[in-house]
Amino acid sequence: MENKNTKGGKRNFLSIFYEELSKSSLTIIILSVISGFVMGGILVVLTSPEVYKAFGTSFVSGISTSWNIVAKTYSSLFLGAIGDPSKITAAFRSGDHALILKAITPFLESLVVTTPYLFTGVAVALGFRAGLFNIGAEGQVLVGAIAAGWAGWTFTGLSPWVHVPLAMLIGAFVGALWGFVPGFLKARTGAHEVITTIMMNYVAYYLIYYLISAPLRDPNEVTPKTPWVLESAHLFRFFPDPIRFHLGFFIAIAVAILAWFILFKTTWGYELRTVGLNPNASRYAGMNITVVTIAAMALSGAIAGMAGASEILGVTWRQSQALATGYGFDSIALALLAQNHPLGVILTALLFGFLRSGSRVMQLSAGTPVYIINILQAFIILFIAAPAIIRTIFRLKQPSAKEEVTSTISLSEKK
Amino acid sequence: MEPSTKTENGKTLFVDPSKLRQWLPGILFILVAIFIKFVLNKSIGTDALTTFATNINEKAIQIPNFVFNTRNALDLIAGLCAGIGLYQIIRGFKKKTSTIIALIGVLVVLGFLVWGASGSSISFTGMLAVMVIRSVPITIGALSGILCERAGIVNIAIEGMMISGAFAGAVIGSIFGLWAGILAAIVIGALLALVHAVLSIKYKVDQIISGTMINIFSTGLTSYLYIKFLQSSENQWLNESGFFKPYAIPFLSKIPVIGPIFFDHNLYIYAMYILVAVLSIALFKTRWGLRHRSVGEYPKAADTLGVNVFRTRYLACILSGMVAGFAGSYFSLGSVGRFEQTMTAGRGFIALAAMIFGNWNPVGALQAGMLFGFAESLTTKLSLLNFPIPAEVLLMLPYIITIIVLAGVVGRSRGPAASGTAYEKESL
Amino acid sequence: MPPILELKGITKRFPGVLANDHIDIKLEKGEILALLGENGAGKTTLMNILYGLYKPDEGEIFINGKKVEISSPIDAIRSGVGMVHQHFMLIPVFTVTENVMLGEEYTHHGGFLDRKKAADRIREISELYKLNVNPDDLVENLPVGLQQRVEIIKLLFRNADILIMDEPTAVLTPQEVDELFNILKTLVEKGKSIIFITHKLREVMECADRIEVIRLGKVVGSTIPAEASPEKLATMMVGREVDLKTEKKPCNICETVLTVEKLSVRDMLNRVAVKDVTFELSGGEILGIAGVQGNGQTELVRALTGLRTPISGKITLLGKDVSRSSSRRITELGTAHIPEDRQKDGLVLASPITENLVLNTYHRRPFSKGIILQRLAINENATELIKKFDIRTPGILTKVHYLSGGNQQKVIIAREFSRPIKLLIASQPTRGLDVGSIEYIHNRILEKRDQGCAVLLVSTELDEIMQLADRIAVMFRGNILTIVKANEVTKEDLGLLMAGITPSSHKEKPHTTKTEEIIT
Repeated sequence: MENKNTKGGKRNFLSIFYEELSKSSLTIIILSVISGFVMGGILVVLTSPEVYKAFGTSFVSGISTSWNIVAKTYSSLFLGAIGDPSKITAAFRSGDHALILKAITPFLESLVVTTPYLFTGVAVALGFRAGLFNIGAEGQVLVGAIAAGWAGWTFTGLSPWVHVPLAMLIGAFVGALWGFVPGFLKARTGAHEVITTIMMNYVAYYLIYYLISAPLRDPNEVTPKTPWVLESAHLFRFFPDPIRFHLGFFIAIAVAILAWFILFKTTWGYELRTVGLNPNASRYAGMNITVVTIAAMALSGAIAGMAGASEILGVTWRQSQALATGYGFDSIALALLAQNHPLGVILTALLFGFLRSGSRVMQLSAGTPVYIINILQAFIILFIAAPAIIRTIFRLKQPSAKEEVTSTISLSEKK
Repeated sequence: MEPSTKTENGKTLFVDPSKLRQWLPGILFILVAIFIKFVLNKSIGTDALTTFATNINEKAIQIPNFVFNTRNALDLIAGLCAGIGLYQIIRGFKKKTSTIIALIGVLVVLGFLVWGASGSSISFTGMLAVMVIRSVPITIGALSGILCERAGIVNIAIEGMMISGAFAGAVIGSIFGLWAGILAAIVIGALLALVHAVLSIKYKVDQIISGTMINIFSTGLTSYLYIKFLQSSENQWLNESGFFKPYAIPFLSKIPVIGPIFFDHNLYIYAMYILVAVLSIALFKTRWGLRHRSVGEYPKAADTLGVNVFRTRYLACILSGMVAGFAGSYFSLGSVGRFEQTMTAGRGFIALAAMIFGNWNPVGALQAGMLFGFAESLTTKLSLLNFPIPAEVLLMLPYIITIIVLAGVVGRSRGPAASGTAYEKESL
Repeated sequence: MPPILELKGITKRFPGVLANDHIDIKLEKGEILALLGENGAGKTTLMNILYGLYKPDEGEIFINGKKVEISSPIDAIRSGVGMVHQHFMLIPVFTVTENVMLGEEYTHHGGFLDRKKAADRIREISELYKLNVNPDDLVENLPVGLQQRVEIIKLLFRNADILIMDEPTAVLTPQEVDELFNILKTLVEKGKSIIFITHKLREVMECADRIEVIRLGKVVGSTIPAEASPEKLATMMVGREVDLKTEKKPCNICETVLTVEKLSVRDMLNRVAVKDVTFELSGGEILGIAGVQGNGQTELVRALTGLRTPISGKITLLGKDVSRSSSRRITELGTAHIPEDRQKDGLVLASPITENLVLNTYHRRPFSKGIILQRLAINENATELIKKFDIRTPGILTKVHYLSGGNQQKVIIAREFSRPIKLLIASQPTRGLDVGSIEYIHNRILEKRDQGCAVLLVSTELDEIMQLADRIAVMFRGNILTIVKANEVTKEDLGLLMAGITPSSHKEKPHTTKTEEIIT
């Protein structure tokens, strides 16, 4: 562990700082994200015909075209996510309300897109902490949405103070059911939850498909759609149309904080974590693994269900033919990046939400398909899961055994 | 996939659990028999006839259709179920239980078909032919899984490798021809598997995470490339590979009933048969197979005898990827002749269930693949028959069956003992 | 004639520890050399180097006077070196033939296995060396003694001339140990040479031609059995005067704490592992359960600690029927359990010491109020216990997997002993630990017994049982064969019992102070 900068005695502050920084896992996380973007940029360049044409002319023009394309892609991503900084500052200076709102609309819209990620990220992280891979967030979101929507248009004459919580709870409950089944099967039969949750996704997908085409269909519509959710069940929007920023965001933050509290401050959380780290020891300690496994999957499903509920009650107010949302797989990357810590999830959900929101604009203005986001995620997971790669690339120091805080995802000691 | 650890909580038990486990299926079977006899049977007139059409095309020797009285057939099926149920309660089938459950499943389905087709005709032979076709990606996918897991690496990324193979096959196939397309698919599969291998073996990343990452990457990249390059109308030539036409094996394909079902398909089905045979022999009768399996069971033991664990695992992964890529190319080059997003529809995961159901055995995988293929072919047939169940619900069938299979089978079977753990060279 | 094997100056460093420090060893042809040292002394590392599993940082290996490079097991095998490991390197689901052939397979054209030819050769070897092994058996169905012989056949199949045996007697009964020694003598008669790694003093005296003692990576002494004694060897092994006998006060029995009546338990493979076991245990005494690993002790302990439901029978703890109680209930009634596999069952390696110390008490005051954990109380508890039990650790929040084996065991003991307990169940409590830790743990156990606690000690180390136990029960194939007073039985008799044989030269009937059954 000798620092090369030592020259007979004191080490200077900078070298100590550099050493500590290179060992910390926060550094790894940030570098992973950056590296992910770099890889994404490389992909964009490689798949742009203009670049090849430019290289045909000259090397320099090739490089500059590449740079321009990447810059255009990422800047439109940025603009789509946060908005135009110059417009925003100008609007604030002018003090005109309408102008301000218009300028920060992209930012608020990104928060809207972040909201489901907050829920699903926490859901998946909780699952991981219990040693379970919940790949079924996708299906849980869908059924949570349809259930909450149903509650939203079926119960009439309720005050919003009753209707909204009721609908959210029903959404959570059905999501919990969707998580309960794989959890139960895992606990009692050992059926691997990776496969069962993915299967449940497909079941959910087709179930919604069916429900929307017939029993839950709005008779007044030509194409299959559900009825409108009643106003009393709408999640409160803070700003006038077309800004969609709604209460769900704060509910999600609250859920994340609650999850953190449960996980680290309560006996339930201690049991959940212990079962995830070492099921044998938890049995020895008298914990009921079956109950913990099932409860964890059900809770995870419930929170994912709330994501769906929040979407339908706060954003879309009805469900048309179910399209794959992609939240399910995204939240895996999200949770891993946050090292399965609910508070960390808040940060990573914001990152992914802003990326996703910005990517829509990016596809329109820069022509880069939104799926670049998935590729970014894949690289980020890669770098987070194998920090040694980042360390090699950036020539960072390996933390010593004694100093290492969990820097990799050590999901469990099972086996 | 790890078999379950039995839960050991101290609970008061009123009945000896092993007896319960024996009776429960038996009672279930008898209930099924009762259902068939009294619910299905009652709704049919005594004279109703069901026809199972036996000839799909003119190529094979023609034989007359199989016509029979619906009620008699249902009675027969109900009787068989009841008999099996009684045997299960009295003696129990023990090791053969999963085969018996599968058998009952088959009988139930047969019953529904007979009932549903009452008064009309159904091409059962046609259904079976479709079963064989549909089983291809699942069986070959399962073989890919077996190759990898038998050496100790879990391959969750079969789905991702398949969709990449489908894409590569379609595009390269459009530009350079079908055989080039297959080659491209195999290469892509191998490359993805190499990434998985390096992550799992060298960097000791959790194999499920590494596999999931490859899935995310593959779906993302194929969709990205599809939207960027294949959607515009002037680029359609990039996505028109066409597909392999069926080739009837001389003589064998003429056999009535059996011929059209098994021997009149395109290269992929025949490749499936060959791969199953080759893998069976290779795994259990050759030196390579012995070493391969030893690394998946107890890598330390193999290491002390000079077997190179790391090299074996790398090779296993890459072979697995090649097979998975090939399986993926089926979707485009063996079926519709083009690439569409999400055309694999989760078959990569169903393949894993087939692998478990088949007990990590190539022949078992073939049987399991046929089962899932049958479920899929059933789905199409039932919707044509105006079954009272909506089409979308039927589409769920393969996935629900997968769940049931996993739940029922995993506790009983044992996978390779060292599967899923990275190998550490440490002191003994 | 040069020695058949010579190691010169072997040095091996691992991060933070010098495992082998310029070790010189000679082995003559036809001799049995014992390498004696306590756990962690470096003997296994040395042999792993010889077998090609590690590369030495310095040093050379000479076989028959010629220098050889051994950088992998294949090289070792080619040089005629073979190793039987402490934990068998056998694949349970393969047959004997497949296990033996692996890596040196007999094949037809094209790589197809020739199982028959290999099986014939195995039969040949088995007869020549009187090993009695059937090539077609599945290894997982073989008893431990036979499995070991399969390991030996593996070496002979490859024409090994130098055989290394790493702690071969750990899993054998005294009779099986004698059989093994006979086999070794046969091997040596036929020209083989053997290195025998062990920490068991008496075996070394019986079997070896020469003894080399290793401590802290260095050879500290060479001798022959004729000139050595267990005490001398122990001193050399540990570096200081070792009192092989722990002082034990006479036993002062209080009331009955545990009654077990006709208990039967299944194991993980659904076989009946514990058959109608009956015994009683009172406060103030240590009952030792002796027996070779795999005779039902593990399942017995799991039933007693609530981790497994028995098929039939009754367990009464302090007057309450706990036959089907949960492990939590049994713990709360005042039971402590030191598990057999400390890393698997007793600790959460990735968690800090603070959390491990409350693993079975987190749900009670003061460590939690309702469902809210009380971090302060948990941390204070850790600080206190670390001091009291002398656990060597950088901090209270250090994750347990950084601690040494001895300190990990101390964490478990600190946790279990810091509650008021009436019954202590200790399963292999000193497995794999150094002499210092072993001494410490033995003293703590005796302390508890003197305080009036009832102690059930399950161990495969007969010496440990004989030292600590007041009464000894021997388990064989799920039955308790007999329960005797420790001072009324000899080691030989216990050895016979462990193999299922009731000594015919039976002395007086064991005293039965309470209801005990003797199953002959």
